[in-house]
Amino acid sequence: MQEFLQQLVNGLVWGSAYALIALGYTMVYGILRLINFAHGDVYMMGAYSALFISGWLTAAGAPVAQSPLWAMVAMLGAMAAAGLLGFLIERLAYRPLRAAPRLTLLITAIGVSLFLQNVAQLAFGSEPRSFPELIPSSTILQVGSITLSNQQAIIIAVSVVLALALQVIVHRTSIGRAMRAVSYDREAAALMGISVNRVISFTFVLGSALAAAAATLIALNNPLVTPTMGVQPGLKAFVAAVLGGIGNIYGAMAGGLVMGVAEVMIVGYGSSGYRDGIVFAILIVVLLVRPTGLFGSPVTERA
Amino acid sequence: MRARFLTAALLAAVCAVSTGCARKPQEPLVGVYLALTGDMADFGITTRQGIELAAEEINAAGGINGQRLRLLVEDDRGKPEEARTVVTKLVDQQGVVAVLGEVASKNSLAAAPICQARGIPMLSPSSTNEEVTRKGDYIFRVCFVDSFQGYVMARFASENLKAKTAAVLWDNGSDYSKGLSSVFKSDFQKMGGRIVADVTYAAGDVDFSSQLTRIRAAQPDVIYVPGYYTEVALIGRKARELGITVPLLGGDGWDSENLLKRAGEALDGCYFSSHYSSDTGSPVVERFVRSFQDRYSTMPNALAALGYDATWILAEAMKRAGSLEPRKIRDALAATRDYPGVTGKITINEQRNAVKPAVVLQVKNGAFRYVTTIQPPNRK
Repeated sequence: MQEFLQQLVNGLVWGSAYALIALGYTMVYGILRLINFAHGDVYMMGAYSALFISGWLTAAGAPVAQSPLWAMVAMLGAMAAAGLLGFLIERLAYRPLRAAPRLTLLITAIGVSLFLQNVAQLAFGSEPRSFPELIPSSTILQVGSITLSNQQAIIIAVSVVLALALQVIVHRTSIGRAMRAVSYDREAAALMGISVNRVISFTFVLGSALAAAAATLIALNNPLVTPTMGVQPGLKAFVAAVLGGIGNIYGAMAGGLVMGVAEVMIVGYGSSGYRDGIVFAILIVVLLVRPTGLFGSPVTERA
Repeated sequence: MRARFLTAALLAAVCAVSTGCARKPQEPLVGVYLALTGDMADFGITTRQGIELAAEEINAAGGINGQRLRLLVEDDRGKPEEARTVVTKLVDQQGVVAVLGEVASKNSLAAAPICQARGIPMLSPSSTNEEVTRKGDYIFRVCFVDSFQGYVMARFASENLKAKTAAVLWDNGSDYSKGLSSVFKSDFQKMGGRIVADVTYAAGDVDFSSQLTRIRAAQPDVIYVPGYYTEVALIGRKARELGITVPLLGGDGWDSENLLKRAGEALDGCYFSSHYSSDTGSPVVERFVRSFQDRYSTMPNALAALGYDATWILAEAMKRAGSLEPRKIRDALAATRDYPGVTGKITINEQRNAVKPAVVLQVKNGAFRYVTTIQPPNRK
């Protein structure tokens, strides 16, 4: 039982990171009906940004390893960098194709994904890099043999805070209302005077920043950064978004948690060989049984 | 008449082309293929340092029967398909008379059939998987085989550490990790121990918390993790984070400075089997360490030592062969007996494997410390 609960904790940690990434997929889908397959690579770029930022901070004399404050600076910096990247991707790769068939856009997304991976390999090398120990690990909670480390707690807490912040943005601000309007009916929203381009750019920036936050959090606890690190989490977050009902924000979060827990349980009680297989098993079952996902809603009401 | 002339001309052309292709080994040209970039670049780069140091010494001492030994080094990025490509290039286009490489068994396994088919002797410095030399009678190695490392750590765990129970955590995508763990499991059980958890991971994984949670619940005396340093460092950190305090044991895939850098203090007090230690006190080792430090200003690790030994053994075989005919080099390599290498006294057996002892090293205060030497058992 204790082992099971510990596995649950491990799963929730990954799940909350997947949820953050899945939010980016789901928001972009809600607004553009585009599955942004480059999202996982934005996540990877976020991890590298955090790596370099903490490197510069250390070089500039900031005691990064000792201070959660500086870790926060690294994370916010990575979010800003990834936000900019997301903005550029939308502006340069997707916007010129907005009138093109949806399949063209999808293929472009895959192209952008490969482009980012290869740029990262060229620029940063293919050798894995160690992520600095921004916050030294320690156990903050122990019940029997069940432990929760400070890093795990931070991952869960920061994910919750960011998800709540996103709720506030989407439901309490005018840009959030504009996002919902564009998602509901892009043409009508444009007629009502909403700058659709601005809203779409904002959605990409927001989603990319969340992915970078997830990347920083995961790298904090699993300190290895590689140019292809975004592929698997990206795929899993995508399935999480589908599982939750793509386009639905609550669905993405729930889907992320389910994915994280399912993955950890399959490794813990089955075999690590099935770790990635479970993702596709879930995807197939969802598509067969409930194509609209857990929180499936009518096709038009999104975001 | 005309047709006959054409046929003759064609035949002549074919002959000309084929003699052009036929190897005329004029100079001691040796191909080297290693991972110089990618995940295992660290292994490839240090091996190359050992090989190049040996080549310089061989040439300074008069080369191969008066001719300078020349190395052609190719990077396979640690990928089996690349290894095949670069070895084909070395053998078919550049006409090498022998090949040195690889570190990782999967890459040696990919390239060995090419050397075997072309009749070019291949000498791996550090591929420990059993299958490598089974690819044919032209394939050799100067390191011991996986079964031996599994045996060494099983014996060390039960005799030196008095462990009664062990957990095994291995990489199910790696022949190396699979080989070491299966021998460890059977030998540890033969010695009276019990395997309480048998769990796998996949190379490239970054999170091992669910595997380690399962192992923690089984409460083993030791955990055998025969993987490569990249994952082992993460596993060590995660194990300590989950409150696992028992020692982790491993194989020569741990032997890298990066293990110490990435694991921090997490692996302090853990043990692994390897090929060589710089502080065994042997004069051969001391001389090697001195010249390596003069040349590269770092301490040589086991891979550098194996690269160095492999190059010297190949050079000695080429000298004894008295010819650069690959067939003769092969026969001379097969006849290697009691070569006083840096990594121990090396004899090539009928399976073209090196028979030699292993050392057990301990991770201690950010360095590798020599613990003991374990001799090969009296079995095949």
